[in-house]
This record gives sequence, structure tokens and C-alpha cells, in this order.
Amino acid sequence: MKEKIIKVSNKMGLHARPAAKLVQTSSKFQSNVKILKDDFEVDAKSIMGVMTLAAAFGSELKFVAEGPDEIEALNSIEELFNSDLVE
Amino acid sequence: MHLTKKNIILKGVAASPGIAIGKVFLLEDDEYFLIHKEIPKNERAGELKRLDEAIEKTRAELKTTYQKINSLLGENYAKIADVHLMILDDPVMKKDVVKMVEDGVNAEYAVFKVLDKIIRSFDAIEDDYFRERKQDIQDVTKKILENLLGKEKRTLSNIDNESIVVSHNLTPADTVAIREKFVKAFATDIGGKTSHTAIVAQSLEIPAVVGLRSISANALSGGVIIVDGNQGLVILNPTEETIANYKKELDIQAAKSKELAKLKDLPAETTDKHTVQLLANIDNPDEVKSVINNGASGIGLYRSEFMFFNRSTMPSEKDHYQSYMEVAKMMMPHSVIVRSIDLGGDKLTNLGFLNMKREQNPFMGLRAIRLCLKYPEIFIDQLRGILRASAEGKIKLMYPMISGLEELREANKILEKVKKSLHSENIKFDENIEVGAMIEVPSAAIIADVLSKELDFISIGTNDLIQYTLAVDRVNENVTHLYEPSHPAILRLIKRIIDAGHDSGIDVGMCGEMAGDPYYAILLLGMGLDEFSVSPAQIPKIKKVIRSISYEDAKEAADQILKCKDKESITKIMKKLKSKEMY
Repeated sequence: MKEKIIKVSNKMGLHARPAAKLVQTSSKFQSNVKILKDDFEVDAKSIMGVMTLAAAFGSELKFVAEGPDEIEALNSIEELFNSDLVE
Repeated sequence: MHLTKKNIILKGVAASPGIAIGKVFLLEDDEYFLIHKEIPKNERAGELKRLDEAIEKTRAELKTTYQKINSLLGENYAKIADVHLMILDDPVMKKDVVKMVEDGVNAEYAVFKVLDKIIRSFDAIEDDYFRERKQDIQDVTKKILENLLGKEKRTLSNIDNESIVVSHNLTPADTVAIREKFVKAFATDIGGKTSHTAIVAQSLEIPAVVGLRSISANALSGGVIIVDGNQGLVILNPTEETIANYKKELDIQAAKSKELAKLKDLPAETTDKHTVQLLANIDNPDEVKSVINNGASGIGLYRSEFMFFNRSTMPSEKDHYQSYMEVAKMMMPHSVIVRSIDLGGDKLTNLGFLNMKREQNPFMGLRAIRLCLKYPEIFIDQLRGILRASAEGKIKLMYPMISGLEELREANKILEKVKKSLHSENIKFDENIEVGAMIEVPSAAIIADVLSKELDFISIGTNDLIQYTLAVDRVNENVTHLYEPSHPAILRLIKRIIDAGHDSGIDVGMCGEMAGDPYYAILLLGMGLDEFSVSPAQIPKIKKVIRSISYEDAKEAADQILKCKDKESITKIMKKLKSKEMY
């Protein structure tokens, strides 16, 4: 099991479109990926789960991955947040 | 007993002009009566198959909607359908629904239960934007249920005779099913001037009244209805007399537009050959057709805000570039004035692009150029789009709501930076792109002389100028009677702006509602206004007024009016002008 804390740095927060991208990225991996924010825990492969996080600009999210490709999954997600999440 | 007809008049928002009389086609919001059924063990596999088929059918429908919207309204609108597809594929949702069915619950009840729980969890979210995303999930739930229940859908493609569409709201999926020749008007419960319904109605050039609150609950399918898109009224159950009056009005309008159509290719010039520019205001590229049909000599105001509505992400530089380039190319050889983003506190809270707090006075808050200067990354994307498009057509740039010189210089500084970076990337643009400002804040009007020296053109935005100068909130029904374009203070301010622009040798236009009102046209002409920018449908009317008088007479009338101290004496002179058969 591996984890990583990522801050939402795009101004609009994790709304529908970036949430969609995050789900697409997580779904590419075999590992289970969970997102923890405050008391919430959602599946990173579920669009509705990610949207209910209501992760606004500046929120801190903890990603927990477990499975054969857990490291790659977390790296890809981090890369996504650092790159074109804003689109 | 003799049943008498009685007009039921509903007031809404005038979203698209014109009058239509016809029969109601009620597009109802479907309601489901869901029963919880126990499915015996030996039938559960079949129930799961039924669920799968409904999901597959929904997927196929969503894909079709995506393609239809994409070809009709473009990719930005289509993205909504894209998110819907992801909701349908959500593994968590699927897992829970399947589990319920395997445990012996019927498929529709399982779908409803699982999604309803998720929708409820959205209600607890504080942020408006995130909370409203539940609408997307509701839409998808509805579609799956429809397919499970095999309910015959009542869509706009069922319309087979001339009708007026009444509904709670029109979704993008509804509008793709429209059969143009049968739909005469729209009337909806919700929506504003920039709603999806309004935009579609304007591009189809059919009347629409939105924001009627309860029309869908009160209208009966097949009943007679009158939609008055000019005044924002809808009349249900109209009396014979009302129908006759509106029919007369329709005849007059038809005769007038026939008469006016003859003016299309004639210039907007006075009897003594003084020419003004008659330009059009548009909200989106779909309106260009009507601009050209009405004979405008360019676009004086291209509002760019439509790009921000009905979507969940910021428009990209490419989105900006494409929509401006498209319009500029279609308008060649005429020019197009693109106004930079005029989003305001009130227009923004539902957009969710920015984490903006609700403001106490949104009209005096963070809006228009102020917003762009606070979030330069948004502004820069737009400027890059505008500049890139300027290489392929005649484009001018206009800043809204400039209130002082510092602000103008700050905006120009960003523009210069953007130009520099385009240079370094070897991207072509019009090096001499003209830059103007909307004069719509009293402070800007007072220092119009100062601003004009650093601008290529100015355009008077009367809607806000009147609102700010007279301190009247236009949408507050208690004070709308004080909203008076011909208030002596407003007229003097307008004259002052025009003179200031001319002293600096630049053209002065007007893109507010006042410019499109035939009643004020002679006055504005006489004050020396160079450009009238009005909604496409108003162009022929203003042209007719201008062609009916000499510039000398208009100047004299304006001089007299400017000397008036009160509304009464102004109205008197204006009426006299009108009696000379001006329009």
C-alpha cells in the first residue's frame, strides 16, 4: 500500500471535467485507489464519488493505492495534478 | 352554464423577440411510480440482463446526444453528455445496483435507490457549484429508468404541427430534437436572458419567454397560448379580443418587416448624406446569419460570455480563438469588436470556475475588467485567442467597465505582454489591433477626454451607465420607473462622451439598449454618435429612422433637447419628432 498527499492547485477545484480526467487516469490501473479528504473516503475510479468530495482550490487530498501497479498509479495521478488538470 | 374565456397573463423574461400565437405542446417532466418488487431467485439473472440492456441503451442514446450536440452547438456543450457517460460507467454505482438486484430487488428500484442516495449526499455540500452537479446524476438516473420502464418518450421530435413548446426547462438534449418548421415559440418556467433556451431561440429567430416560474403547471396541452417575446409576456386562455389584437400586431409587424427588408442594402445615411455605421450586437456565432440578413456593416459588440455558460470548465485559448475566428471570417470585409469577458459576481456564482464568494453588491463588485485583472490567467487565454483570430479577419478588442486610466493601462500592459509572447512563439496576429473601451461607469464618462487619448475607439454602454448614474437597480421592480434613458443627466453625459471622443479624433459608438430604440435614434444621431450597435433585428428600424431625416435637423433637435431641464419638456420635443413620421 502506498500513499501520497496532493493539493488541488487549479483555481476551479476538482469540478466535473477535472474529476472526469482523474477518474480516467485512476481507471487505467489495476490497483485500488482511494481518496481521503477530511472524514471522507471515496473510490478514485468513481466519478460520482470524486464529485461528492467537493474538492475546491487548496484542498489537500490523500491518495491511497493498493495493488500491483500502486506506485505507477500514484505517480500518474500526481503528474495529472501538475499538468493539464485545468485544461 | 356559459364558460367565459379569461386572459391569464404571466410575466417572464423576454429572451427572444417576436410574437407567436398557437397551440401548446407541453413537454412534461416525467414522473415515475416506482414499485419495490421482490424478484425470485430463478428470475434474478434475467433481471440483471434487463439492467444491462437498459444501461447499454442509455449509453447508445448518450453517445447520439453527444454527436448531435457536437454538430449543432459545438464541443463545449457536448462535454455535458460526456460527463453523463462517465456517470453511467461509474463502477461504484454499478456494483451497488448489481448487488441489490442479486439480493432480489427489481432493477428500477435498485437504480433509483442507489442513485438517490448519491444525489442526497450532494445536498450536504456547501459549495453551490458542486452541489448543483447532482442535476447531472438526476438526468442520467432518469434516462436509465426510462429505458427500464420502456416508457414512450414525449420529445420535441414528436411535434408534427405548428406548436408553441411549453416546458419546465429545455435541456440541450431536448433542443437537438427540435423540428424547426413546427416550433413557433418557447415558454419555460426557468431560465434567464443568457440561458440555453434563450440562445437557441435567438439563433432560430423564434420568440421565447423564460423565467415564467409556473407556466408548465398551468398550460394545457393543445390550449391556445400567446407568447410575446417583445414584452416578456405569455397569455394563457386568451379571449377572442386579445387574440384579435395580437393578430393585428402580427400583421403590422409582418408588413413592417417586409417594408424594412427593402432597406437591407442601403446605407445608414441621412437625407443630407451624413453616414453612420450600423452594427450588430451578438452573443454567439450562430447569430451571424441574422446579422448579415439584416444588413449590418459589422459587429459592434461580440459578447464573449456565452463561452462560459453551460459548461464545467474554463474555455481554452483554442475555444476562444475558434469562436472569434469563425465570426471574423464570416463577417469579412467588415470588422468585429470582441468585448473581453464581462462576467460579474451575479453571473458567476453558478459557474463554479472560480471560488468566488457571493457579493453583497455584485454590480459594484468583482466583474468585467476587474475580474480579468484579478485573474489574469483567464484574461490571457482570451487575449491570445482574440489576437490569434485577428490574423484571419478584422478584429478589434474592447474592455468592459473601465472606470479609470490606471485600469486601462493595466489591461493594456497585459495585452502587450501577450503580444510579446506571441511574437516569441512566431504566432501571427494583427500588430495594429484597435483597442477600445466601453464607457459605462460615470467616472469613465467624466474623464472620457483622458481615456480617449489612449484608445482607438470608445463605445457607450448605456444599460450600466444609466443604472450607475441614476443609482437604479434595473431589476428591482420598485425603482424601475426611475430608470430613464432620457434623464437630462444621462443625455448630458452621453453628449460629453461623444464630444470627448471627437476631440481626440476617435469614433464614438453606442452598444447599449438605447442605441437600438428608434425613439432615441434621432437624438443620438444629432448628438454626433458615429456608430449604432444594436441587436440584429433592430437594424432595419434604426436604419429607417436615420434615412428619414437630415443631419442638420437632427442636430437642431438634439441641441434643443439638451437644453431641457426635465423629462416632460424632453418628451414633448421627442414626440414632435415622432409625429414627423420617423418610424
